[in-house]
Amino acid sequence: MLKSIITIITTVVLTCSSWAVEIDYWQYSYKSRIDAMDRLIQAFEAMYPDITVKHSNFPYAQFRTKVAAAVSAGEGPDVVQLYYGWLKDYRRAKILKPLSPKLFPINEIEAEYFPLVRLMKQDGDYYALPTAVRSLALFWNKSLFEDAGLDPEVPPKTLDQLLEMAKKLVKRDKAGNIIQVGLTMGPINQDHNWWREVLVRQFGGTPYDKNTSKVNYFNDAGIKAFEYYVSLLTKHKVSVVDFMDKGEIAFKAGRAAMHIDGSFVLSTFDRTRRLDYGVTELPVHNGIKANFSSYWVNGITTKVNKKKQIAAEKFLKFITSEPAQQLWLDEVGELPSRRAVALREKNLKHPKYGPFIRGLEYAVTTDFKSEIAQRKTFVDMFDRVVLTNMGVIESLRIGAMEDQNIINEGLKR
Amino acid sequence: MTVSQKRAMCAWSFIGIPLIYFILIRFYPSLDAFSIAFTDWDIVGEKKYIGFDNFKVLWNDPIFWIVLSNTFEYLLLGVPISLLLSFVIAYFLDQVRFGHGFLRACYFIPFLTTAVAMAWVWRWFYQPVPVGVINLALGKVGILQLDFLRSTTEALPAVLAPAIWAGLGFQIVIFIAGLRAVPVTYYEAAKIDGATSWRILRDITLPQLRPTIVFLVVISSIGFLRIFDQVYNMTQEGEGGPLNATRPLVLNIYKLAFENFDMGMAAAQTVVLFVLLLIITIIQLRMLRK
Repeated sequence: MLKSIITIITTVVLTCSSWAVEIDYWQYSYKSRIDAMDRLIQAFEAMYPDITVKHSNFPYAQFRTKVAAAVSAGEGPDVVQLYYGWLKDYRRAKILKPLSPKLFPINEIEAEYFPLVRLMKQDGDYYALPTAVRSLALFWNKSLFEDAGLDPEVPPKTLDQLLEMAKKLVKRDKAGNIIQVGLTMGPINQDHNWWREVLVRQFGGTPYDKNTSKVNYFNDAGIKAFEYYVSLLTKHKVSVVDFMDKGEIAFKAGRAAMHIDGSFVLSTFDRTRRLDYGVTELPVHNGIKANFSSYWVNGITTKVNKKKQIAAEKFLKFITSEPAQQLWLDEVGELPSRRAVALREKNLKHPKYGPFIRGLEYAVTTDFKSEIAQRKTFVDMFDRVVLTNMGVIESLRIGAMEDQNIINEGLKR
Repeated sequence: MTVSQKRAMCAWSFIGIPLIYFILIRFYPSLDAFSIAFTDWDIVGEKKYIGFDNFKVLWNDPIFWIVLSNTFEYLLLGVPISLLLSFVIAYFLDQVRFGHGFLRACYFIPFLTTAVAMAWVWRWFYQPVPVGVINLALGKVGILQLDFLRSTTEALPAVLAPAIWAGLGFQIVIFIAGLRAVPVTYYEAAKIDGATSWRILRDITLPQLRPTIVFLVVISSIGFLRIFDQVYNMTQEGEGGPLNATRPLVLNIYKLAFENFDMGMAAAQTVVLFVLLLIITIIQLRMLRK
């Protein structure tokens, strides 16, 4: 009798302990994302008491390096958040496992998510899924509009209006130095995306060919788009590059009247006292609407073993579910990647999320070969003109060439 | 075992632990970098041996040459300026009696401060109006504001300044120690002979400081050749911009290795850096030691 009781107890203990799994989840540090993820983890752990999730986060600047170094050493996360543009690098470095089609059926993904997630399908397998997506929109500071004699409720609708209003909104000190910018300029932040996917299209071009294997902006459309962007600084002098270090900071401080950025800054701006701002869809030009969408995805690393994989997949399923996406929108301000959640009436009509969600409908996601390197080609292209007085066309030619080289390298791999 | 053998055993057991640490954590990876330099490797996959291809690509890469010349600019500006400054400060500080300890602490504190925090403070110092204090001050005296970090020519010295400032405390302390080590009798003899303070400096102090100077030149050269923290934290997204104007070799290596996952190329550049450091150090030791 005693023997059988002991056997039962040991079996129970053994099975319990063998089922208790701890998985590591990594994302980069951003207050609202950390809080939202902690809440999701709490709910997840309540649902699956045998799984615990250890949530770690690192500053954005080191995040990528940490993941690569850790996973290659057999350490690091089981479920990891990564920028969609890094997927190719991560896959090449064999950091990610494909998602099992049983738990994540491909046709279901493609029916329920916005089409932009298809970039995550590589050689027939999905490697990662986003909780949330983001698009760009124009932020405007209502108080500064009022100070400049503009209607605080009427933001610019077109690129021409954007420029005209920016001219009225820029403020200078006695020496002529700009102390308030009409529009922020940060080529290294979101402007390179605004230029590549929005301005180039609005001036009649497309940045790349269909397979993103050829640079397609060294032409009339590209030149005009680049000229428009450069002229904001050189000809019309409505801005200072990286004003107050970063456009986001300048806008927060009430030193920038207009600012183009992603939906993720909403929560930061909302926490800023005395910042009365509005959000509107990106200005159109030639009647063309365009937007850029980017997103962070969650994937499962090659480090997980069988037991952890089941837990990791359950967790991934949970954090990409409909309720999780609504929570992410409410807490972080990032847009749901599932159409059903995004297109809910209350989300579409929301004064702040609405413009971003409407932008999602026509947004394009750049299939970067290497996002940081390709970003740098635009930053350098711009700097050559404004810092070394190179001509717009010549600089664009060099930029397009550098970009093409990166794409060629990427295709070779 | 004799007593001396026992002593040796004891000594070796103490030396052994750091030795093993150095071999495993320092020397082995350093040597490994030499073999990685001849491969195409993305951290996770298989290493593919490709001979001298990395070095050939590197030779034809314009960015590499810009980065290399930046590195030397840091060295050629940084070493003389920092040594001159620290010597002058140490020389006069040595003669100051009132508040000596306090002043020395003031110079030493930057050396103890985290490079990252300091770099960010300076990054904000250099901002244009209305936030950058330097430009605000220039504006007050009616001088046009400078571009600093947004200029291809001013950015490198602007990044270098806090690096020099941070290292100054250490150099001053070493110089003061060197100055104190000069026998007082030499000075007394010179004074009796009626030597001017300039002659004392030239003919007694500086020659006596030779070992100190050798040490500081070598240490600070190595320091400036591998400058990283300041550039990484003071330029937008740590890119070493604008237009690669501030990007040093070490930052380039870091970017290649941990952003492009191009370990082979990164290792190749590390080998170049190693060889450069070796040559420069040998030359300096030869020249200054006599």
